[in-house]
Amino acid sequence: MERSEWPLWEVFIRSQHGLAHKHVGSLHAPDSEMAIKNARDVYTRRNEGVSIWVVRSADITATSPDAKEPLFEPANSKAYRHPTFFPMPDEVKHI
Amino acid sequence: MNSAPRKPCTREFIRTFDKMTTDEQRFDYLLRLADSDLVLAQRLGEWIGHGPVLEEDIALTNVGLDLLGQARLWLAYAGEVEARFAGAGRSEDALAFLRDSGEFRNLLLVEQPNGNYADTMARQFYFDAWHRLLLVELTRSCDARIAEIAAKALKEVTYHAERSADWVIRLGDGTDESHAKMQAAIDDLWMYTGEMFDPDETEVALAEDRIACDVRALLPAWRGTITAILTEATLTVPEREWMQRGGKHGVHTEHLGRMLSTMQWMQRAYPGAQW
Repeated sequence: MERSEWPLWEVFIRSQHGLAHKHVGSLHAPDSEMAIKNARDVYTRRNEGVSIWVVRSADITATSPDAKEPLFEPANSKAYRHPTFFPMPDEVKHI
Repeated sequence: MNSAPRKPCTREFIRTFDKMTTDEQRFDYLLRLADSDLVLAQRLGEWIGHGPVLEEDIALTNVGLDLLGQARLWLAYAGEVEARFAGAGRSEDALAFLRDSGEFRNLLLVEQPNGNYADTMARQFYFDAWHRLLLVELTRSCDARIAEIAAKALKEVTYHAERSADWVIRLGDGTDESHAKMQAAIDDLWMYTGEMFDPDETEVALAEDRIACDVRALLPAWRGTITAILTEATLTVPEREWMQRGGKHGVHTEHLGRMLSTMQWMQRAYPGAQW
């Protein structure tokens, strides 16, 4: 019998305190429903999350490490783009 | 169901209901609840490090840990009830590790060996579906402690029931080989399911006092769940009517004794050992 591996899934958890889902790791599962359940059991055992996303790893399009210089170097010399020159009001949250 | 209509759980009723059933009966009933959880937790623990994949190893062990936690709550309360009629009640550890198989009150279903993954999942599926229905009823128990423990356990067991049903569907509606193994497991364990809906006098009396649940009433809902899931899994619902029974009275299959010897040897060899 052919033994095929279950696909890999990337797991994103939204914690109690954050608004955004954060990448926490990956796991294998036969389908998306089981991936959610596995993620619950592997990554939320210590009450870490209030919401889970899973995405098939194969569906993620990533930047190539070779393209690092043309993509990211140009931003290095443009300090004026950073919002460090004015005070941040206390009322602004989730930054 | 043809049992007596439910008496209201009023203050007057609570004040008088102790006279109808005894603490000995309540202790016995609490052991039944505890032992099915404890024995199944031990069986699931046997999978640690042997799961088919890492994720499943962790997930199934989580279920075992939930059940162990529930068993501890039932045993702790059983010890308190025992103290009321026996002068002193046994600790959780004494009840778990120093009783022989004839004193265990668990369902025969949960002591059956793990077998292959389909066997483990069929056992879990039958038990979880029943366990969830039972706990829903027990959250309305007139015994506040029972209601409280049931409410806590119900959240965990609702997830267990979803997970094991998911696996039955995936294995049943999977490959030819997984389908055949799942059907065999469903058929083999069927004869241990009747006991779940077969109360004895103790249970009926406690149910009339609104302490326990009349398990006969759970059968239609359980059959409905089992039929729906097995149908979705392209599996056939077993039709055999002959059922094994005995667990509630300490008459067990040969598997329990061997399992307990593994589970209990440490406390037997080093009484009172702690870590």
